[in-house]
Amino acid sequence: MKRRLEEWLAPALTSLLFIALWEALCRMLKVPSFILPTPSQSIVALVTQWNVIWPNARHTLLTTCAGFLISVVFGLTLGMLFGASNTVYRCVNPLLVAFNSIPKVAVVPVLVLWFGIGTVPAVLTAFLLSFFPIVVNVAAGIATTEPELVDVLRSIGATRMDILIKVGLPRSLPYFFASLKVAITLAFVGAIMSETVASNEGVGYLMLAASSSFQIPLVFASLLLVAFLGVAMYGIAVLVEQYFTGWASRIDTRRHSSIAV
Amino acid sequence: MLYVSKPIPGERTPESLRPLARPSFIVVDDVSLSYGAAGDELALKGLSLRVAAGEFAAIVGPSGCGKSTFLKLASGLRLPTAGGVIVADKEVAGPLKFVGMAFQNPALLPWRTCIANVMLPLEIVQPFRSRRRRDYEKHRARAQSLLERVGLPKAAERFPWQLSGGMQQRVALCRAIVHDPRLLLLDETFSALDAFTREELWDVLQSLWVERQFTTVLVTHDLTEAVYLADTVHVLSTRPGHIIHSEAIGLPRPRDPRQRFDPRFADIVFRLRQKIAEARQ
Repeated sequence: MKRRLEEWLAPALTSLLFIALWEALCRMLKVPSFILPTPSQSIVALVTQWNVIWPNARHTLLTTCAGFLISVVFGLTLGMLFGASNTVYRCVNPLLVAFNSIPKVAVVPVLVLWFGIGTVPAVLTAFLLSFFPIVVNVAAGIATTEPELVDVLRSIGATRMDILIKVGLPRSLPYFFASLKVAITLAFVGAIMSETVASNEGVGYLMLAASSSFQIPLVFASLLLVAFLGVAMYGIAVLVEQYFTGWASRIDTRRHSSIAV
Repeated sequence: MLYVSKPIPGERTPESLRPLARPSFIVVDDVSLSYGAAGDELALKGLSLRVAAGEFAAIVGPSGCGKSTFLKLASGLRLPTAGGVIVADKEVAGPLKFVGMAFQNPALLPWRTCIANVMLPLEIVQPFRSRRRRDYEKHRARAQSLLERVGLPKAAERFPWQLSGGMQQRVALCRAIVHDPRLLLLDETFSALDAFTREELWDVLQSLWVERQFTTVLVTHDLTEAVYLADTVHVLSTRPGHIIHSEAIGLPRPRDPRQRFDPRFADIVFRLRQKIAEARQ
């Protein structure tokens, strides 16, 4: 229990130290609040303008989650296809890499042209930005199945599907969950980016509106909330990962062994 | 040419264990196998070999001579470029369905407990597969009794990483035979183990084989292991591999560790060693 406390305490202290440093520097150098507000000013803004920030933040959160879910489904499917078939991988991968190299901020106006201003482009941008690491990781997990294991299974009459279900998928789970941690933060970035370019709802929109009317503490309050939500989503991804893939980090998860396929 | 070592006076090989008296289970006839994109790299050339039903055969040879490739042929995981392979009276045209395999690397599934690893083939091989829910307890008991046979009575609920390399290899051996395979293929299975574990597992394997009589092909570079376990030891040449010498081991069964220090045992090992030295030149 003591160790657990330390595990939480050390990172919390680092964050507090960072905030304290920010506060101290702003006060000592007398930075005006329309350039860089202090954390305390931002927190005051967060509390006093909660009724403005929260609906927008909730909207962004839902948009992010929607984009992220599409990413997970799409990423898993394509990753499995890539891992299971070398032909599919060789045919589709260059296209995927090319697509991933396009700055998504340049795609947003096109999405707006197709789907109009609002939620749909934001969901799609969140998806477009976050699916790539999932595909790559799932494919890598499946493709690195030990050849001996494949031989053992094939020589007792296992089909490709059997091997995928019994070995490939469970094997790729740690890779999959590792990619989720990256993907969820990318989805956040994508959603907010799209809202900044073209939306009338969401944190991105709020920050743009606030900065154009010089309400910089409100901008930073939104940023703080987004950062916090990002950490929270990341934390959820870590917990899910530990639950499902304790075996990979050699944590005894025997009580969960019923989930093993 | 088959060289039969002289029977040891006063000791008699039981009739049932004399390999050549029984029908062939594996017949490899003048097989060649090429590798590489152009198919110009020959792994095996003109290889012919018979393994009788219930026989324990060992294949030894210089490294890189295609020993493992032979196992891929026998299991149908690879098809020959020329020549034919017949297993259980059928021409091999694809992966067989009644094989058990174990490699140098235990290759257990790290997310499964040991007993779940052992039970893996029962989830794939018929008729176990379709009964896997109804007979779950029966299958589990079967796996557990095998774990006990190999000296791991308490490992069932442990994960592979909680066991030593030798213990993992025992689990892999259980997985290879849990579904009562008609053919057991062992590829350097004992090579990476420490000497004591290795010798202990030889005896475990021998007793299982004596009891169940599955046809076994063991690929190894350890001549003592080959002579101790096998009815017949085949020596493979360097690449492209073919059989240059077959030796029926006339030592009585069950063999016990003291036999390894018998001069007659040493003679056979020495003779095989010379054959391999010739092959390497």
